[in-house]
Amino acid sequence: MRVMAQIAMVMNLDKCIGCHTCSVTCKQTWTNRSGMEYVWFNNVETRPGQGYPRRWADQEQWKGGWKLDRRGRLRLRQGGRLRKLAEIFANPVLPTVHDYYEPWTYDYANLHEAPLGDDYPGARPRSLLSGRPMEIEWSANWDDNLGGATELGPQDPVIQKIREQVGEKVRFAFEQAYMFYLPRICEHCLNPACVAACPSGAIYKRVEDGIVLVDQDQCRGWRQCVTGCPYKKIYFNHRTGKAEKCTFCYPRVEVGLPTVCSETCVGRLRYLGVMLYDADRVTEAASVADDKDLYEAQLGVFLDPHDPAVRQAAARDGVPHDWIEAALRSPVHALISTYRVALPLHPEYRTMPMVWYIPPLSPIVEAVAETGFDGEDADVLFGAIDTLRIPVEYLAELFSAGDPLPVQMSLAKLAAMRHHMRAINVGDPVDEDVASAVDLTAQQIQDMYHLLAIAKYEDRYVIPTAAAGDARRLEESVMPNECSVGVVEGEPGPLGDDSGRRNLPMVSLETFHLTRKRQTADREEEL
Amino acid sequence: MNTFLWGGLPYLVLGILVTGLIWRFRYDQFGWTTRSSESYERRILHIASPLFHYGILAVLAGHIIGIFIPASWTDAAGVSDKTYHLFSLIAGTAAGILAIVGIVGLVYRRRRYAPVFRATTKNDKFMYVFLVGNIALGLWAKLSHADYDYRSTIGPWARSLFVLQPDVELMTNVPTAFQIHALIGMALFAILPFTRLVHMFSAPVKYLFRPYIVYRSRDPKQLAEGRTRRGWESVEP
Repeated sequence: MRVMAQIAMVMNLDKCIGCHTCSVTCKQTWTNRSGMEYVWFNNVETRPGQGYPRRWADQEQWKGGWKLDRRGRLRLRQGGRLRKLAEIFANPVLPTVHDYYEPWTYDYANLHEAPLGDDYPGARPRSLLSGRPMEIEWSANWDDNLGGATELGPQDPVIQKIREQVGEKVRFAFEQAYMFYLPRICEHCLNPACVAACPSGAIYKRVEDGIVLVDQDQCRGWRQCVTGCPYKKIYFNHRTGKAEKCTFCYPRVEVGLPTVCSETCVGRLRYLGVMLYDADRVTEAASVADDKDLYEAQLGVFLDPHDPAVRQAAARDGVPHDWIEAALRSPVHALISTYRVALPLHPEYRTMPMVWYIPPLSPIVEAVAETGFDGEDADVLFGAIDTLRIPVEYLAELFSAGDPLPVQMSLAKLAAMRHHMRAINVGDPVDEDVASAVDLTAQQIQDMYHLLAIAKYEDRYVIPTAAAGDARRLEESVMPNECSVGVVEGEPGPLGDDSGRRNLPMVSLETFHLTRKRQTADREEEL
Repeated sequence: MNTFLWGGLPYLVLGILVTGLIWRFRYDQFGWTTRSSESYERRILHIASPLFHYGILAVLAGHIIGIFIPASWTDAAGVSDKTYHLFSLIAGTAAGILAIVGIVGLVYRRRRYAPVFRATTKNDKFMYVFLVGNIALGLWAKLSHADYDYRSTIGPWARSLFVLQPDVELMTNVPTAFQIHALIGMALFAILPFTRLVHMFSAPVKYLFRPYIVYRSRDPKQLAEGRTRRGWESVEP
């Protein structure tokens, strides 16, 4: 056993309202540059829908991720090492900018410079690639909220797959009943195919926190990673000729701050925390024969920090003490392993993704309520989850390689939670059988409710800092003992209140945490 | 003059090449890339780029065989001069035509598609003149002197450079076409480190031997303040 730690994310899709705040703030932070116009490290897709880039989930077309060869060994779907090198001069399955969209600006100067005339001057769209006037025909969320679904919906690869199995009639009934949002970032996988595909060895998984990064100096622009990543979350910067990807906001995470997408999420639906896993078992788990076993296999790779033997092994393998402590309180571990309500996105790609999702129950509750039944009654809901077969099948294609059982279990737990909490709130007797029917205790259901519904900032984000072991030394290096200024607790130190410096905010960690507490506390006595 | 061209210039070019590469590696790794335009245009590139690259690799192999394998070796192996030159003519011409067709396609594509043309720098255009020019010259020299025995002149001269005893005399009576081809070839080597052609030196051969998943620890040097490297400058004024 070789214990490694990773900062992972869980998103609660029930709460996503599709506002794109995460996408916009991420873009402002990371990709508002020339060459990156079309790049969305974070994007929000409406499902059913094609996603971004178009039809990314169709691996028959894009050849992303891993597959098993005839002898049952993992290999990249695009081909082996020799094949990849032979194809290096023109990657045969690279999405072009038209699979994303052609970035554009507007001819704003015309508004100022047009000669005086009878007509109002206009600002025509102009391509940022060719510099010529263009028609805007597509963008990152063109099919938002099922826009154009009658025409575009059937092109959703998941819909296509389900229609093959269930038949033509699915589509319209489906669209009337169901729509949800899927925010996506890089999965920071345990078995990342982009890393494996990079000929230069420029992409790496960070040992300390599992974040997958591209070394911009070592990248030589071979573009194999774009194909390798089945989630199409590596983008080619067409100005610099280098690959870029979601960084999990590592400069923020290193100092204990949540990622920008999490911090600015209006629905407070993102959770960040430490997962401990056994690095020795990753390849074995990614190689299980049946796609449908991959979810359970990945659960088997995760280690329980509540087990003293695991904690001991983690310390032996160099996981810092505060990371082990954080793993104990990790909301992500609770949602993934303890309550088992979170599921991985497309486990069948065999990359062992580390951004997991709680499937949405709300559309089902809505659908039940519309029929005149009580949308929060456990019996009705349990029945509805099974009878609304199509959404479950759709969700199963996304989150469990087509196996409906994990999705049904997860939705049943959410339904049980609603029923249980309503009983408490309206003063009904609590029926313990509902909890035990979904393998949880009443206490667990209440804890889960606290995490999912109350969702306090401190509970959603449990992020150990990168330099915590070094904190004392770092502090001393910026504030030597002989410093005459002195620091009064709660007052701004000699370095000020926030990160007004060019590099990492080197504020005293104590001041930092005090400030944060002041900014996030709800009541005065918490200070 | 001859002494400079065939005895001094090659070493000057080698010097520029080596120092240029070291300079580029140390100061401009961020700019060391293929600068692919595949995301703009895919159809022509899919045909022309492999044509050109495989063609030029074959041309390179041909040059290495022609220059570094002395005639005495092939004689010893029982290959007659006639067979050798026939092979050299056919294979060399085929490779040259592949490369020419490929690069003409690539240059056409570069001019034809506005996004690709806009991404073409002056440096690229300058480099293309030398590259296209020299491939054409080489093919012309080969075809116009089909039976010229370069293995008794150019080959030994090139080898003499590597033992640091340049035999300038060997090159003086070589046909002009070959001389110009060699000179422009040297110019191409000299500008190589300063153009996008550097990507040839990062041919990812080690990919065949490394483990699939790369792990790396945080570089402690990058945690602290360091000198700003190219491409990482602050964007604030």
